[in-house]
Amino acid sequence: MTTQTEVPQRGSTPQDSGATPVISVRRLWKVFGPKADQVPDSEELCGLTRRELMDRTGCTAAVRDVHFDVSPGEVFVVMGLSGSGKSTLVRCLTRLIEPTAGEVVFEGEDIRQADAARLRDLRRRKFSMVFQHFGLLPHRRVVDNVAFGLEIRGMSRSERTRRAQEVVELVGLAGYENSYPAQLSGGMQQRVGLARALAGDPDVLFFDEPFSALDPLIRRDMQNEVIRLHHEVGKTMVFITHDLSEALKLGDRILIMRDGKMVQCGTGDELVGAPADDYVREFVKDVPRGDVLTLRWIMRPPADGDELDGPELGPDVVVKEATRAVLAADRPVKVVENGKLLGIVGDEEILAVVAGQEGGH
Amino acid sequence: MTVAIEKPEQTESVGKQAAPAKPERKVNRSMVVAAIFVVWLVLFVVLRGKQTLALAAADLTDLHRWLNDVNDSIGANRNSNPLFLYFFNEIRLVIDNVVTFVQELISQPTGDRPVPQIGWLGVVGIAGYVSWAVGNWRVALLAVAGFTFLGLQGLWQESMDTLALTASAVLVALLFAIPLGVWAGLSDRFNAIVTPFLDLMQTMPTMVYLVPLTLFFQIGPASATIATLIYAAPPTIRITAHAIRSVPETTVEAADSLGATRRQSLLKVLLPMSKRTVVMGVNQTIMAALAMVTIAALIDAPGLGKTVVQALQSLDVGTAFNAGLAIVVMAIVLDRVTTAASAREEASRGSGSWFLAWRRPLLGAGGVVTVVLIYMSHTYVWAAEFPGEGGIGSNIASAADTATNWAQDNLSGLTNGFRDAITNGLLNPFQTLLTDSPWWLVGAALVALGVVLGGRTAGITTAVCVGLLVGTGVWSDSMTTLASTVVATVLVMVLGIGFGVWMGRSALVDRLLRPTLDAAQVMPPFVYLVPFLALFGATRFTAIVAAVVYAAPVAMKIVADGVRNVPATTVEAATSAGCNTWQIITKVQLPMARSALTLATNQGLIYVLSMVVVGGLVGAGALGYDVVAGFSQGQLYGKGLAAGLAIVLLGVMFDRITQAAARRAGA
Repeated sequence: MTTQTEVPQRGSTPQDSGATPVISVRRLWKVFGPKADQVPDSEELCGLTRRELMDRTGCTAAVRDVHFDVSPGEVFVVMGLSGSGKSTLVRCLTRLIEPTAGEVVFEGEDIRQADAARLRDLRRRKFSMVFQHFGLLPHRRVVDNVAFGLEIRGMSRSERTRRAQEVVELVGLAGYENSYPAQLSGGMQQRVGLARALAGDPDVLFFDEPFSALDPLIRRDMQNEVIRLHHEVGKTMVFITHDLSEALKLGDRILIMRDGKMVQCGTGDELVGAPADDYVREFVKDVPRGDVLTLRWIMRPPADGDELDGPELGPDVVVKEATRAVLAADRPVKVVENGKLLGIVGDEEILAVVAGQEGGH
Repeated sequence: MTVAIEKPEQTESVGKQAAPAKPERKVNRSMVVAAIFVVWLVLFVVLRGKQTLALAAADLTDLHRWLNDVNDSIGANRNSNPLFLYFFNEIRLVIDNVVTFVQELISQPTGDRPVPQIGWLGVVGIAGYVSWAVGNWRVALLAVAGFTFLGLQGLWQESMDTLALTASAVLVALLFAIPLGVWAGLSDRFNAIVTPFLDLMQTMPTMVYLVPLTLFFQIGPASATIATLIYAAPPTIRITAHAIRSVPETTVEAADSLGATRRQSLLKVLLPMSKRTVVMGVNQTIMAALAMVTIAALIDAPGLGKTVVQALQSLDVGTAFNAGLAIVVMAIVLDRVTTAASAREEASRGSGSWFLAWRRPLLGAGGVVTVVLIYMSHTYVWAAEFPGEGGIGSNIASAADTATNWAQDNLSGLTNGFRDAITNGLLNPFQTLLTDSPWWLVGAALVALGVVLGGRTAGITTAVCVGLLVGTGVWSDSMTTLASTVVATVLVMVLGIGFGVWMGRSALVDRLLRPTLDAAQVMPPFVYLVPFLALFGATRFTAIVAAVVYAAPVAMKIVADGVRNVPATTVEAATSAGCNTWQIITKVQLPMARSALTLATNQGLIYVLSMVVVGGLVGAGALGYDVVAGFSQGQLYGKGLAAGLAIVLLGVMFDRITQAAARRAGA
């Protein structure tokens, strides 16, 4: 029941149709339980719900037939409630959990075919991960925690300390190098986790609900920190969260999971503007629509009586930012892309969204 | 999309069935227990004195004679049987060499030297330096003061023998225990294999280890050390495995995600993170080893334990007290130093860096001083032999004697009254019931109680144990020991619940009592006998009181924790419903701490059993006496071995029934 909404993409999204994906996931399954590997091959078992599968075979399908591509430099968010299989999914991507079936292609190489040594090499140089509960080593100082991955690789002490120092400064922990994790607040500990992940200069960063254990204010700081780092270092990121506002804030594209299955994959405004089913609709119900939807989603085709000499705006302008301009103009605003008129937006359309009524199409 | 349909009616019906069934069964259980006792009493009156399987002290059964023959034939073939020649004798030789080496280093004269290689000054220096290096300066002072006190007591050589045996046993034990613990921490399968063995080893009274080992390793320091290391290894294995297992999964996963190899994550993550807990395991191993080394005096191990045993056997309370005090001092020093060692790392982390900067040169300087002290104690007689005649020791001994005499002269009315009241009012009737009933009646009653309290599996275990107990030929002695154990356990539980509830309800009382209880628990069981010997003379009762004092701290702590763990909201709800204090205790806190009570009973029983057996030394008779006599008299060896087996059977029986009952209470 997956809907890959084929709607024009946001202009700011770094992914372009031409770029080869960094990570390409095809038909990925993870089944826990006895004879787990039979489940993905059996058409009959694939059709069962999670509960029925449990009753029939004693297996739990945590990830079911998931496929997606992640483009270079993109922030790809996987979102779902607890038990939806999102954490299992991200661990399957680096084989911290062994997938049951499917392909995980990273830069053209199928990770599932890699032997132990190759896998270790990939983990040391290409991926790194930030964990919900940090996973820091309490007996090491901050700088040694950050350098841990480099130490594992066999880098010399002076070199790894120098590199760790750079990263510590990058994440804003300068001055705390010689502290122990227990002396830091939760938010600062997660900065250490972030620094450790960045130290190895990986191609892809995986985040497993990194901020769920933090206070709301610190969580917001850390989200901004990730956005800043993304601008500065431009890494590809795969981000797991159960928090929709976090997903909308960080994600170029969002994959919504439920019971191990993909429900919808698209940009934030697609999820809000065109929810694939009632589950997604229920999810996005409380999102302030004006913050997410763009003019593309609320414009209407020009009717006969409309005056077409109002100001022009692009289709990817967020409603909230267009509100003042639209309300200030005494005639409808034209939505124009590449010189072509796509539609118009008047006071009514704007107010419908901002006042929280059912807007859109 | 299909929606999984819940079936609410199913769960509901389960709930409906379970709710009314429970109270009904509870009434049944206590009624059944009462009924068992009534039937037992009735049959006892009718069948009293028949088929009691009584066996006089010097009488033997065929099994005992056969065990004697086995012992004789092993003794005769010790140097020809390949199993002994290439296995047991080799082990004994290696251990013997280790022990002799350490003894010659600190306690026994070597070769042409009339004194050991390192004299008292050197040992005190080493003790202080090591305590400082692994702990802090406070425990270093304690170690220096403690060791000097041992010398002042006139027990330097005995103390050093005890220390040498303890150290050798601990070293060898750790050599095996830490790798095994790491393995058990990493492998679920190995953990599953090793856990039941560790359980069994920890439920057996210390004395029991000695019996079979003498068969294979003869009597002497080597078999004492082997018994000690077997007894002392389980805590480290268990705690190391636990430490490895409790390293947070995320941390291990984080190391994996950075590409760590198995070896790297073991060396850089798992081991460093479990270090502190492992040191706690080492602490327990050292304390267990000390307790065992003192008891191993029964099989001729040298040291403080021997002094105590000899003094106890000649009822010389003063000497026993002096040596017992030395054991206590050594226990306190070892415990404090290892506890400080496990706490140190945590404390030094992030403390002032000037301290860390100075630590290394200071340690170096301390090391030089220690080496000088060792050299002096190796070279000069005054630094090798502890000066003085141990005047403080004889003062302590005579003071203890005076106090004993005073107590016996002035308190005898009180103590004898107390002793006679418990003995005649509780112990004798119960013992008569157990020993004068036909064996099959007692056996049937035990099995029935096992089934009712612990369930079918516990019942089967009980039946097997009863059968084997009859087979050992010491049924009557077992029943006497059983009676003492049960009476002592009842007293332990009275104390445990009384103080436990008090501690659980008052943080102040807890803070005041807990350090004392902790200290009481690290003492070797042996030393408890001495003061009560002074008060009550050599009787069964002395052993029972010592056992109660030895076991009560564990029971109190478990009950206190159980009471404390009752959720505050539940107590609050009861208070707001208008309960008075007594109602809160009896209707809320004790019922909710039920599984803690059962656990306390389990631990209390095991502790009491191990003490009641040691009580054989001070006139408790029965199984403990059989074992002690077996060590000293060749023709009673087989009977002693059978008695040792009977102790194990009693222990297993108690343990299984109470554990099954605890699981039921917890469910």
